[in-house]
Amino acid sequence: MTTAALKKDTKGTKALRWKEIGLSNAKVIDLYRQMLLIRRFEERSAQEYGKSKIGGFCHLYIGQEAVGVGAIAALREDDYIFSAYRDHGHAIARGMDPKGIMAELFGKFTGCSKGVGGSMHMFDLAKGFMGGYGIVGGHVPLASGTAFASKYLGKDSVTVCFFGEAAANQGVFHETLNLAALWKLPVVFICENNRFGMGTAVERSTAVWDIYQKASAYDMTRQWVDGMDVLEMYRVVKAAVDRAREKNEPTMLEARTYRFRGHSMSDPIHGHYRTKEEVEEQKKSDPLLTFGRELLEANVLSQSVIDEMELEIKKIVDGSVEFAEHSPEPPADVLFENVYV
Amino acid sequence: MAVIAFREALNQAMCEEMERDPNVFLMGEEVGQYQGAYKVSQGMLQKFGEKRVIDTPITEAGFAGLGIGAAMVGLRPIVEMMTWNFAILAFDQLFNNAAKIRYMSAGQFKVPLVVRGPSGAAHALASQHSQSLESMLAHVPGLIVIIPSTPADGKGLLKSAIRDDNPVMFMESEMMYGHKGEVPEEEYLIPIGVGDIKRKGEHVTIVAWSKMLHVSLAAADELMKEGIEAEVIDPRTIRPLDEDLIINSVKKTNRCVIVEEAWPFASVGAEIASRVHSKAFDYLDAPVERVNGADVPMPYATNLEKLALPSVPKVVAAVKKVLYR
Repeated sequence: MTTAALKKDTKGTKALRWKEIGLSNAKVIDLYRQMLLIRRFEERSAQEYGKSKIGGFCHLYIGQEAVGVGAIAALREDDYIFSAYRDHGHAIARGMDPKGIMAELFGKFTGCSKGVGGSMHMFDLAKGFMGGYGIVGGHVPLASGTAFASKYLGKDSVTVCFFGEAAANQGVFHETLNLAALWKLPVVFICENNRFGMGTAVERSTAVWDIYQKASAYDMTRQWVDGMDVLEMYRVVKAAVDRAREKNEPTMLEARTYRFRGHSMSDPIHGHYRTKEEVEEQKKSDPLLTFGRELLEANVLSQSVIDEMELEIKKIVDGSVEFAEHSPEPPADVLFENVYV
Repeated sequence: MAVIAFREALNQAMCEEMERDPNVFLMGEEVGQYQGAYKVSQGMLQKFGEKRVIDTPITEAGFAGLGIGAAMVGLRPIVEMMTWNFAILAFDQLFNNAAKIRYMSAGQFKVPLVVRGPSGAAHALASQHSQSLESMLAHVPGLIVIIPSTPADGKGLLKSAIRDDNPVMFMESEMMYGHKGEVPEEEYLIPIGVGDIKRKGEHVTIVAWSKMLHVSLAAADELMKEGIEAEVIDPRTIRPLDEDLIINSVKKTNRCVIVEEAWPFASVGAEIASRVHSKAFDYLDAPVERVNGADVPMPYATNLEKLALPSVPKVVAAVKKVLYR
């Protein structure tokens, strides 16, 4: 898709794609930077996991950065975001402090959920980050709830809900789409179709491979979008969010993407369910690679600026690990806190 | 005091709270146009309109989850389950989301939600419609479980539940919706977690709730004829449990019988028996006796259903056993 990055306008001069969707050069550089930050943060998370600094399940967002970054860039500060268990990237894209996210991964008291939540349960009330959830599809109805509340309270906050393509096989996904369409709720469902529910390919798990078409059963506005293209993600999500905000119309989007790492840290990158060749082929559409190339070709970015960005991000990621390392564990009395109000 | 039916008391509680707080609303199957499957929400659609009395499709997990999400951002939903049997479809929402969001978010979010509906056997509804599931709900930290047995308790506790900032599971009874009782005219609340001595006595403590409270009171009348004075305790709230009330009563009577409609394995009665044994062991003159529903799915045939449920003779027999009579 991104080979069409620079298209000719009628006068024969090169038009920049992002200008057509109202984004400044500074904004697209920021989108690139966010994707890079997520990539480097996740790579470091994998290293720290290897050193047993991070425990439990740890699902990396590497490969899917364009989905979260493009989608979340289309939101206002007072909008709500629900994520699933692959939530670090969404949290970073929402502007949550990488220190708090890394500390959460380390199980430290300074984490965004005070070390109680962990990798799968990042929360930030102030950012409208309504949490990461670990039961596949189980969080989808919650998003209809915040959307319902917006409408009930006369607010124009929109809710965006991220989930994987495997979640679309769960009953509660369909129950929620029905309610959202029936009651015209301001919610955008974003299915990140990374092709695998753990190790089961989409073709082996669902009768309808075009996941977005599942919304046709509820007569809901729907489309697929190239999830490796951050500008396409922004453009399509922005239109859906605007529809939700202005007309209380829900939308179902299927972002076609690919995860370059295993399902979780205990899962190899390739193995029984996909080949090394397939992964390498998919890496050709790495959003950092393709978008970076596009920005370089348009002279919006230069290699030296990218190098500086890498250094700045390295400092942030190093700083987050340093912060996490030196933060205290949750005190013992936290064990019994917040079970009840 | 006015004498009103249980369903009317619950209706009053919801109406009063909805008048007091515009963020309280009722949603569920048949709560609006149909006026409630068991008429608990009768007249509420007319009083509050479609915005606040909302008919849902038959989609328990969907609307339970919707209620949880709405509660996370400031609304105070009352979600009616046509029965708790159907709420099993929503247990993932209640166990994994409602009960845990506050904890997982380190207190950033709260879930002020009430899920309510009838529980337990009615008449001849057979296996899938006759379950008492309070022990499953009470097992989960983060949930509050209330199970009242009189109209006055129902009203006062439902009002407290709606005002509480935690997810509250409120269990009623199809068989008790028509029960009448005195309910104060003025506004009142009954605190969550406080039990009630429904009948004073010296010889034995009977702990029972919901329909079984009434079976136990009838049994106490029978026992009285033989000079046995039973103290009947209604915990009213299962979680948090008013343990002190039970333990102090057992310390006085030295004997304890627990009567519950639910299955015996890993039941609330098992929990109470364990606590009585460990906290009042030296006071007990006999092991705690439990009367439970039979450990089988509920049969349809009326004679078998009767055999499966606790009854006055079964309670009388259990009391006599702990009294060695």
